[in-house]
Amino acid sequence: MNVDSIQNGIVIDHIRAGSAMKLYELLHLGDLDAPVAIMKNVTSKKLGKKDIIKIDAELSVDLAVIGYVDPEATVNIIKDGELVEKRKIGMPELLTNVLFCKNPRCVTSTEQELPHVFKLTDRERRVYRCIYCETAAGK
Amino acid sequence: MKRSVIDISDLSTEEIRELIRVAEDIIGHPADYEEACRHRKLATLFFEPSTRTRLSFEAAMYELGGNVISVAGGNTSSAAKGESIADTAKTVSCYADIIAMRHPKEGAAYVAAQNASIPVINAGDGGHCHPTQTLADLLTIWREKGTFENLTIGLCGDLKFGRTVHSLIQAMSRYAGVRFVLISPEELKLPSYVKKDVLAAKGIAYTQTTDLLGAMPDLDILYMTRVQRERFFNEEDYLRLKDSYILTPQKLANAKKDLSVMHPLPRVNEISVAVDDDPRAAYFKQVLYGKYMRMALILKLLKEAGRL
Repeated sequence: MNVDSIQNGIVIDHIRAGSAMKLYELLHLGDLDAPVAIMKNVTSKKLGKKDIIKIDAELSVDLAVIGYVDPEATVNIIKDGELVEKRKIGMPELLTNVLFCKNPRCVTSTEQELPHVFKLTDRERRVYRCIYCETAAGK
Repeated sequence: MKRSVIDISDLSTEEIRELIRVAEDIIGHPADYEEACRHRKLATLFFEPSTRTRLSFEAAMYELGGNVISVAGGNTSSAAKGESIADTAKTVSCYADIIAMRHPKEGAAYVAAQNASIPVINAGDGGHCHPTQTLADLLTIWREKGTFENLTIGLCGDLKFGRTVHSLIQAMSRYAGVRFVLISPEELKLPSYVKKDVLAAKGIAYTQTTDLLGAMPDLDILYMTRVQRERFFNEEDYLRLKDSYILTPQKLANAKKDLSVMHPLPRVNEISVAVDDDPRAAYFKQVLYGKYMRMALILKLLKEAGRL
């Protein structure tokens, strides 16, 4: 299967197999008016199988979202067909307006202007909690 | 520097010990504190019904020689007109020196603290936190037992929605040799995240049971709680569970002679009135100690904010 190399854009590589669609949704890539390729279950020496997303457009993506979905994923910045930067993201400490608190008793349920912020409270178990009511985010 | 207290974990064990020291000094020498907060104003913003907590804060401020301005009930305030908590906090910061706030939504006090230019004390945010109740509980335990260490604490009733229970567990789990006995009906058991994140994470010993009588002989402290109607979405569940545990003099027969019975109050019927005369009943002392701890906390936060 061939997907053309991109000229100027981003390749999100080493995504845990099966996580690409979640990333696609959380990054709102469906709203983009640019070529986006999702490659699922690609053979990987390191992971066995992996997903890849290629975005053929110069844009800034929310790296925290990528780190939340898969802290092992890498982001490659492509310019004029060349790899100019390779970044490993890791797990972000804070997520703003990525996850939304589902606790009906949370202050965010009535205060419409408040950003929904989740904080990493347990790195080992990858638990994020709402900074207001401390409800854990359901993955 | 302005600092707020939203959760009991905002205070270190050293700070709690210092608050207890100040509270005991106030108890011993009340006259020394009569003018301590002269010309300072406490704003009590209560968007949810409360009698004792609001009166306790107001009495605390008056006994420090300060003044109180208040909003009682969201229906009479700008909140009823749709004002945000953030705007309310900014506005009240222009009038007062410190805020005590109760709100039905979890995290409301945190939002107020982020936006106020004066200290905010969380006086209860829904089922989430109620740190000054925990301070009252801690002073009670300290004065009843003289230590926070090596105590077996029975927590009885609504351990699921009871915010005072969660905060007390969090506070007491910082001391050595503390053991918890969790006594509740199946439906109102302590949430697993408290067991996992607090008890298991800190290696605190605990047992769970539905049998109050069986647990009684081991306890140094019995902390009773009310099954709170306002925390249930379903009236049927409330009615089914509200009478799960009722403490009577007969049930205390096998308890230690120096047991302390505590309750954050108000009670409905979970402690029979006949228990009030038992010397082990500590719940009205707990109310009084709550006022002294609020006095100590108001003093501390006003001093830190450079307003005293």
